[in-house]
Amino acid sequence: MVLGADAEGTARSLVGVLMGLENIFLGFQQALAHQNLFYAAVGITLGTIIGVLPGLGGANGVAILLPLTLRMPPTSAIILLTSLYWGALFGGAITSVLFNIPGEPWSVATTFDGYPLARQGQSGQALTGAFTSSFIGAFFSTVLITLFAPLLADVALRFGPPEIFSIQLLTFSAFVGLGGGSALKSLVSVMIGFILATVGLDIVTGQLRMTFGVTELMQGFDFIIAVIGLFGIGEIMLSVEEGLSFKGVATKMNLHVVLDTWKILPRYWRTFVRSCFIGFWMGFKPGGATPASFMSYSFAKRFSKNPNQFGKGDLEGVVAPETAAHAAGVAAILPMITLGIPGSPTAAVMLGGLIIWGLQPGPLLFKEKPDFVWGLIASMYTGNILGVLMVLAFVPFFAAILRIPFAILTPLIVVLCAIGSYAVHNAMIDVWYMLIFGVIGYVFKKLDYPIAPLVLALVLGDMAENALRQSLIMSQGSLAILFTRPISGVITSVAILFFIMPIITPWWRRIRGNPVITPAPRET
Amino acid sequence: MRTADLVTASILILLGGVVIFDAVRLGIGWGTDGPKSGFFPFWLAVIMVVACGIIILQALRRSSREVFVTREQLGPVLQVFWPAAAMVLLTRFVGLYVASALYIGFYMRWVGRHSWFAVVTLSVAIPVITFFTFELWFLVPMPKGPLEAWLGY
Repeated sequence: MVLGADAEGTARSLVGVLMGLENIFLGFQQALAHQNLFYAAVGITLGTIIGVLPGLGGANGVAILLPLTLRMPPTSAIILLTSLYWGALFGGAITSVLFNIPGEPWSVATTFDGYPLARQGQSGQALTGAFTSSFIGAFFSTVLITLFAPLLADVALRFGPPEIFSIQLLTFSAFVGLGGGSALKSLVSVMIGFILATVGLDIVTGQLRMTFGVTELMQGFDFIIAVIGLFGIGEIMLSVEEGLSFKGVATKMNLHVVLDTWKILPRYWRTFVRSCFIGFWMGFKPGGATPASFMSYSFAKRFSKNPNQFGKGDLEGVVAPETAAHAAGVAAILPMITLGIPGSPTAAVMLGGLIIWGLQPGPLLFKEKPDFVWGLIASMYTGNILGVLMVLAFVPFFAAILRIPFAILTPLIVVLCAIGSYAVHNAMIDVWYMLIFGVIGYVFKKLDYPIAPLVLALVLGDMAENALRQSLIMSQGSLAILFTRPISGVITSVAILFFIMPIITPWWRRIRGNPVITPAPRET
Repeated sequence: MRTADLVTASILILLGGVVIFDAVRLGIGWGTDGPKSGFFPFWLAVIMVVACGIIILQALRRSSREVFVTREQLGPVLQVFWPAAAMVLLTRFVGLYVASALYIGFYMRWVGRHSWFAVVTLSVAIPVITFFTFELWFLVPMPKGPLEAWLGY
């Protein structure tokens, strides 16, 4: 009897593995379709350009392109947008190494050793190292997603409103407690996002909230407009203020350099493994890519045989942050497809895309749209392989984009942002909102109010409110329900720990006599 | 920097007050079928107001000579903002493509001091390319004006 149960269990797990294999196989059929490979190539090209350009990051690149995907099949659309995201991640490395300008916050650590290498005439080596590390980090996270996403989705299917709300709490507590910068300002940003999300019609009671009789406000605020304004226009204003001047180092990139670098890289296998784990671990929580890259860099330095070489042009100093940043960037997709909670602003915009294409993000996707989910997962393999080959081949072309005069790039980006905003609802008011959000983004960035939690709160606001409402209805108005159920109890407790971390950390350090560490730059 | 911090936090407190006012109107307690409409916004605004209050207190306690924005910095920022606002305004009358052509041309000439040849070429070429991409290829309609009507679109 015992033996029978055992055999049955083994058989069931074997069937599970086989089904997983079958699913990923079906996914590859989708991802390798000619049309989808074409979209992946287009996405990577555009994404790399976007990643190279100041003022256009992954989030608003995806937001501007979103209206164009309305008429595509959802799988092709998500492949286009995720490829754009991979491209933007690669693009950030190009500017960091060649121009000492981190295109994205998580490429800051890459400049530490990437730019010195480029100055020494080793730009080819640095870029090859960066792209290869990115690829390995991304690949690692993709494998983990393939293995764990279905399991996580299975668990998530059993979640009720209290669990969903506690995960939301955890998401935002991670920004407040671990995000760096001023914790209070992070909290305020979250609140602004949630408040903006409540503006308009309350679908549960049918009442109008915060509209004050203004018809335009009845629609509420669309987060895509907010993303384009906050990230696009706000970023442009910041860049012109800093008086952009690009002094780039020329690239020497050819097959010879690539192959030579690939011969050196296996030496750093320890760094690769360590950075992959750091990246994935930090990345599936929101706002994780930037701390992951810094953490990975400092670990690599600590374990290095010659730490003095770091900062002066050590290839290992490029490998570590790039591996971790990409592992984290890819890991941000995991909570998006399994829980319906995005791990980064870019993932948030993609989540918005899912809703626009008529899909319901969350664990049910695995049951209802397996072709979509597995197509997406398989495309993460193909997209990253395609991506690393494309950026290696076309680095000079992408670097040349930064030599376009600034007076041409600036209006071009503003026009693209305006087009993207208008296309969401075909409404001019949205373009005005975009400009207003641009000014808000500029002021907030300067005052260190983080923008990413605001956007995420705006996206998740309705979901959070409904989850809280239903939880309270279940418990007849008692918040204790968040603690009494086992899963939500654990998650809520961790969330509260994160929330109070900014209060207890300085106090704890003072007791231990440790110096107060300056907070890491935050991810915006 | 300190002044800007104080002003921003004060504005946010004011907005928080407006939200609380409206939330109270909607009802922040328990309705017939669960929390009323004002419940969630009310507590969000309360948390925001308290946090902004602490931010103000912290800002008052420290002294800062750092300037939020210098005149040299503000110039280029406004050079981006006003023409962009003008473009959005113009779009209503002449359509997005013509407005963006004027905007790109104006910015290139005024800020970049590019040659008239480059200005005219690019400010015509970029809107034409966007027109073909969005309007014809991806079928996403943009606001159009008399020029497009004259051309038959």
